[in-house]
Amino acid sequence: MLRFIPILTIVLMIGPVSAGLIGTILPAFGILPALGGTTPSLEPWQALVAQPGLGASIRLSLVNGLIATFVSVAIVMLFCAAWQGTRTFHALQRILSPILSVPHATAAFGLAFLIAPSGWFVRVVAQFTGWDRPPDVAIIHDPWGIALIAGLVAKEIPFLFLMTLSALPQADTARTAQVTASLGYGRIAGWFKATLPRIYPQIRLPVLAVLAYSTSVVDVAIILAPTTPAPLAVRILGWLSDPDLALRFMASSAAVLQLLIVIAAMAIWIAGERLVAVIGARWAVDGNRFKQDGAVRGVSAVMALVAAGTVVLGLVVLLVWSVAGFWAFPDLLPRGFSLRLWARELDAIGNSLTTTLLIGIPAVVIAVTLVLACLENEVRTGKPAGRRAMFLIYLPLLVPQISFMFGLQVFFSLLGLERTLVSVVLGHLVFVAPYVFLSLSEPFRALDPRYGQTALCLGASPARVFWLVRLPLLTRAVLTAAAVGLAVTVGQYLPTLLIGAGRFATVTTEAVALASGGDRRMIGIYGLFQMVLPFAGFALALLIPAVLFRHRRGMGAQNKG
Amino acid sequence: MPEAAKNGLELRDVRVCLDGRELVAVDLTIAPGEIVTLMGPSGSGKSSLLGHICGTLPDAFEVTGQVVLDGRVLDGLAPQDRHVGILFQDDLLFPHLSVGGNLAFALPAHIKGRAARRARVEAALGSAEMDGFYDRDPATLSGGQRARVALMRVLLSEPCALLLDEPFSKLDSGLRSQIRSFVFDLCRKNSLPTLMVTHDPEDGAAAGGRVIELRG
Repeated sequence: MLRFIPILTIVLMIGPVSAGLIGTILPAFGILPALGGTTPSLEPWQALVAQPGLGASIRLSLVNGLIATFVSVAIVMLFCAAWQGTRTFHALQRILSPILSVPHATAAFGLAFLIAPSGWFVRVVAQFTGWDRPPDVAIIHDPWGIALIAGLVAKEIPFLFLMTLSALPQADTARTAQVTASLGYGRIAGWFKATLPRIYPQIRLPVLAVLAYSTSVVDVAIILAPTTPAPLAVRILGWLSDPDLALRFMASSAAVLQLLIVIAAMAIWIAGERLVAVIGARWAVDGNRFKQDGAVRGVSAVMALVAAGTVVLGLVVLLVWSVAGFWAFPDLLPRGFSLRLWARELDAIGNSLTTTLLIGIPAVVIAVTLVLACLENEVRTGKPAGRRAMFLIYLPLLVPQISFMFGLQVFFSLLGLERTLVSVVLGHLVFVAPYVFLSLSEPFRALDPRYGQTALCLGASPARVFWLVRLPLLTRAVLTAAAVGLAVTVGQYLPTLLIGAGRFATVTTEAVALASGGDRRMIGIYGLFQMVLPFAGFALALLIPAVLFRHRRGMGAQNKG
Repeated sequence: MPEAAKNGLELRDVRVCLDGRELVAVDLTIAPGEIVTLMGPSGSGKSSLLGHICGTLPDAFEVTGQVVLDGRVLDGLAPQDRHVGILFQDDLLFPHLSVGGNLAFALPAHIKGRAARRARVEAALGSAEMDGFYDRDPATLSGGQRARVALMRVLLSEPCALLLDEPFSKLDSGLRSQIRSFVFDLCRKNSLPTLMVTHDPEDGAAAGGRVIELRG
């Protein structure tokens, strides 16, 4: 039974992606019997090409995705190089981990409230310049997509940082740093020359996932990206939601185009990797030591802090707006505070929280069970998952959501599962399981195998060893992985919207739906409520083991989740 | 197990190879209550041999020969069915269980009833001069106490043979001789065929049995 779980897991990952892609590619070429498309044609493509501003949309998606990924990776690498092993490093680690649980849309709303022409930053400036009305410039939805890039960078930095963090110990980086320092290298140069080449292969898949996400993002783009024209993924969602069903064909061809854009972005990125590898190989042995890197170190710390600070400050401004009474420009704070809106929305929020959990809990439970079973199977057979299996588990994160979610919806309706809880949960599972695997595999594999061997030699069956030894020892890691999974399902926008066909109103779909209305108080409330579940999840992941093992001092060191 | 069947632990021409390279080859019989010491440098495959005997060696190793315990062939049996106990250089007490919980984990299920099981565990604690430690957190014990609990835990699982994998190398030198004689006395008292691997010649001398040198 156990040994079939890895295959089942891969099927549950690959199945929806392939079914979804087929369900997107066929309509892209005119085939969708449900809507009367029975003969192959290129009409959807002709219609797509005729869309105004298509080139600009493609350019926005491709260029902004690449820039956002490059900036995030650069800041994370520079910061790790400059500060690894220092107190600053550990301090930021503590700030960034909780930020990871902030849903993308919440972070994007927070950023928007900070940098908008009537946002906090401008209000601060206005105190000195004496402006009495917001400047008439488009800071969010700016035509260059800079706000979008900023929103993506602020949210991807914590993810890439934590991924790098789990790769660091495997490269023996602390001692490498000592060696490079004793050879006279500056911190940053030593790290880039001796450590980066060893850890990059391990963070490569997460980096590509960030690239795929940034190139095809919908929810953050609705909140921050330019609107005339919008990035391609946002326009696809518009066409998919159009009452004119004939537009579905063109939307499908656009979704295929979106997939090609992501593939192109990856090709450019991988070509860039090659180039850097060639140049870097020469640079690594040219003997330049860059001893004076104090300024660069300072800059890297400031950039990382600004990224983290923006998200945190964004949450604060969301909170203030959610309870704001009358708040005129350029006042820094509202004239009065009121909980009236909170009270009014409480019922609606309760309903969307329930819906969110109704989808989230089954998805998380299934994901954690599958991942635990896969890892336990590794222990029992002594064969860790190969690179190829890892790639298959990551696949859903490398394919743009919008390119297979519509097709998956078509596929589920063929099965008669359209708009059901089952199909939405399966849609979420595709994204939850990879993150749960990312979070849990490291601590699971790091557990001293001799605990299990000892228990077996004491006469315990493998099942008993799992339930009574391995699982309790990994309590914190398992709960943390579940919290990560919960944060992922809460943050899902497209799968809920498309597969649920609007039937499932979660806190995230409600919040993003508010974006166009521009009611800041409501956005504040729903933005914060997106936070509640992930935050509670992580709090429980800390609290439960602390209470459970309060008399077991050894569990603290044992069980770094 | 009837007394007559106690023939000890036989390693019949056992060879452990990795990637075609022979790591260790032994052919010996360990009588009940006898302590045989295998000496060799690290990387000489001593621990792999112990892993093979208790059944936890990964598939990557190729092993030939036969392991027989009290007339029973162990090869192919699951680790939990072999009745071979093992002690590592770390005590590996389960940090999520109390001291008593660790010992009760090892106690076979055929000892039934909460009171009976508790009594057996308390008796074991008593024989290690650790009365009243049942509810203690293992993390609060001294190194010597942890080593003794680890040994009592193995013995409670009613093994028919005992493997020691450098069990004293992490103890302070002051404690080492005390724990050594505690372990060796109990091995003899329980008539356990015992195989110890170590690179400390003093361990071998203290065991007072055969010492076999492995080449690296």
